[in-house]
Amino acid sequence: MVKSSILKKCNHEKGKGMKQMVSKVMMGAAALSLMLAPAAWAENIKVGAILAVTGPASFLGGPEARTLEMMVADINAKGGINGNSVELIIKDSVANPEKAVSFAKQLIEEDKVLAIIGPSTSGETMQIKKIAEDAKTPLLSCAAAEVIVDPVASYVFKTPQKDSDAVKMIYKEMNKLGLVNVAVLADNTGFGKAGAEQLAKIAPEFGIKIVEKESYDTKDSDLTAPVAKIKANKEVQAIINWSVAPAQSIVVKNVRQAGWNVPIFQSHGFGNIKFVEGAGAAAEGVIFPAGRLLIAADLPADNPQKELLTQYKKNYEAKYKENVSTFGGHAYDAMVILEAAVKVGGNDRAKVRAAIEGLQNLPGTAGVFSFSAKDHNGLTIDAFQMMTVKDGKFVAYTGK
Amino acid sequence: MTTELFVQYLFAGITYGSIYAIVAIGFNIIYNTTGIINFAQGEFVMLGGMVSVSLLPYMPLPLAIGLAVLITMVVGALIEIVFIRWLASPSVLRMIIITIGISILTREAAVHIWGDNIRSLPYFAGNEISTIGVLGARISPQVLWVVGVCGVMVCTLHLFFKTTSVGREMRACAANRTAAILCGINPRNMVTFSFVLSAGMGALAGCVMSPITYTQYDIGTGLAIKGFTVAILGGLGNSGGAVAAGLLLGIIEAFSVSVVPLAFKDAISIAILLLILFVRPHGLFGSGEAARLKAF
Repeated sequence: MVKSSILKKCNHEKGKGMKQMVSKVMMGAAALSLMLAPAAWAENIKVGAILAVTGPASFLGGPEARTLEMMVADINAKGGINGNSVELIIKDSVANPEKAVSFAKQLIEEDKVLAIIGPSTSGETMQIKKIAEDAKTPLLSCAAAEVIVDPVASYVFKTPQKDSDAVKMIYKEMNKLGLVNVAVLADNTGFGKAGAEQLAKIAPEFGIKIVEKESYDTKDSDLTAPVAKIKANKEVQAIINWSVAPAQSIVVKNVRQAGWNVPIFQSHGFGNIKFVEGAGAAAEGVIFPAGRLLIAADLPADNPQKELLTQYKKNYEAKYKENVSTFGGHAYDAMVILEAAVKVGGNDRAKVRAAIEGLQNLPGTAGVFSFSAKDHNGLTIDAFQMMTVKDGKFVAYTGK
Repeated sequence: MTTELFVQYLFAGITYGSIYAIVAIGFNIIYNTTGIINFAQGEFVMLGGMVSVSLLPYMPLPLAIGLAVLITMVVGALIEIVFIRWLASPSVLRMIIITIGISILTREAAVHIWGDNIRSLPYFAGNEISTIGVLGARISPQVLWVVGVCGVMVCTLHLFFKTTSVGREMRACAANRTAAILCGINPRNMVTFSFVLSAGMGALAGCVMSPITYTQYDIGTGLAIKGFTVAILGGLGNSGGAVAAGLLLGIIEAFSVSVVPLAFKDAISIAILLLILFVRPHGLFGSGEAARLKAF
């Protein structure tokens, strides 16, 4: 608009000094480009994020997006990284893999971001794993499935703990309690399917026998029927439920409503107090592995994560008036890792990638990260702690 | 299969079934007076649950439910007055698109007002872990509330249509609109009233089922699909048929768990819907001759 009106003016003023006109046009063009791209001259560090802020996985993407916004504001208030401020571009994928793919291309090719945080779900991450790898852009996924980093792609990392470690934690506890025959319930998301596979794969190692197996849809609102089916099998000694959906509260309720006092184990997907509230009295005594964020206040003072966890919990809860969840923590860890890597590698994709692989003993919310060329998750089984629900709150599980 | 397991499946089926039946009856009430399918029916159920949960901190449970039902009825009336009343003689396709639009609009409004958290009312009696024994099976007392309230609603509705003058006027409009106008009945008011009635029924069902199934901004679509299946299965416009078909579908779904995983539940009901549309488009309990005389 500015340009065209100036050009028109130029036509009217034909005959006057040509030089003057040209300089006017140039000035107009310069003003225009200034308006469109104010960041063109600043040394900004552009960070893209593809998160399921709304839609079926919003309980993941929502806290993740809010966490990133809070952290970036903090980092910039403290003068940025190496004196460069961080520019965060969040794209809402609605947990839709196709959207995640187009956002990934947009962030890499148009916005030319340094790195991408997310996506929130395993399904989406697997869709863009190759895109990030081919474009040589670091991707720090907030999704759990192990296939994201196994086989390793040199530019792809993930921050949540490993599914297989969660399974091992549960099986270890079952060995201690002398439970052998187990019923597995899982939702039909990528997380549920991957978890059910790991449960089946690792079971023989611990002498566990899966005697019943059921899957349900994330939208299912009543699971009385599958619970009745499992209960009819008298061999079942414990239930393991693997889900990230609200249905995991319903499972617990339906089991107790069936008058069945069986031990219930859940995955690390249970680490949101909303699921406990959803199940009410039925959630009491549920055992599950999770990161230590949920019990930050009860940790011993010498724990390397304690300070960071209590700080994150306090800041997040003060700012957003909602309970902190481990899911937001995965985005927190991604940002912490990226910040540490940028400090070393600067504003360069390849150098940042190499810097991440070199990070050692970096405390995050999920655990203490030590990356290597072979390990793009950086966490060990120690990142997990067994927890249970007591009086509607998460507490460390200390055994029977 | 043991008796215990049989009874457990049966009760699960009856619980789903009575909720489907109520949604289907909501479809039928509006279909009977207007000849259209209101695809926003599921949103009334969602609104009932959501509004009552929001009101609960300020008043006792029965009052919150009553007020939520009233508010949803007002919303139902407003929807009819704003979007449908002024249309002279809308085509079926146009009405379908309008109601789908209303459904999306309501859902989006709900996500802005309440967010995407799951919410629920407390259990009416006992809590999450209280159970009662029936023939060796254990069920939640809330199941009896759902079945009871749905049963009472169906009976009241039947009496309303049979005995009250407003009910008879609504049936007159359904039977023959022109004749009804000649008798001095205002069919437009009857249409508004049918929206109010089905909104109220949906909302009440949404309140009683909320402790069991939770309420979220987007539960309406799934319920509408199930309700529609049931309405077709029972014969469009036939409320007794809707109850029978609702229970049938619920029980089929519950027992299907013994053969296929629960994740396939929706596939089963959609398969039934398709089968019915191909083989008996007038439903199990509808009359083929009457169906041929209707526009849709």
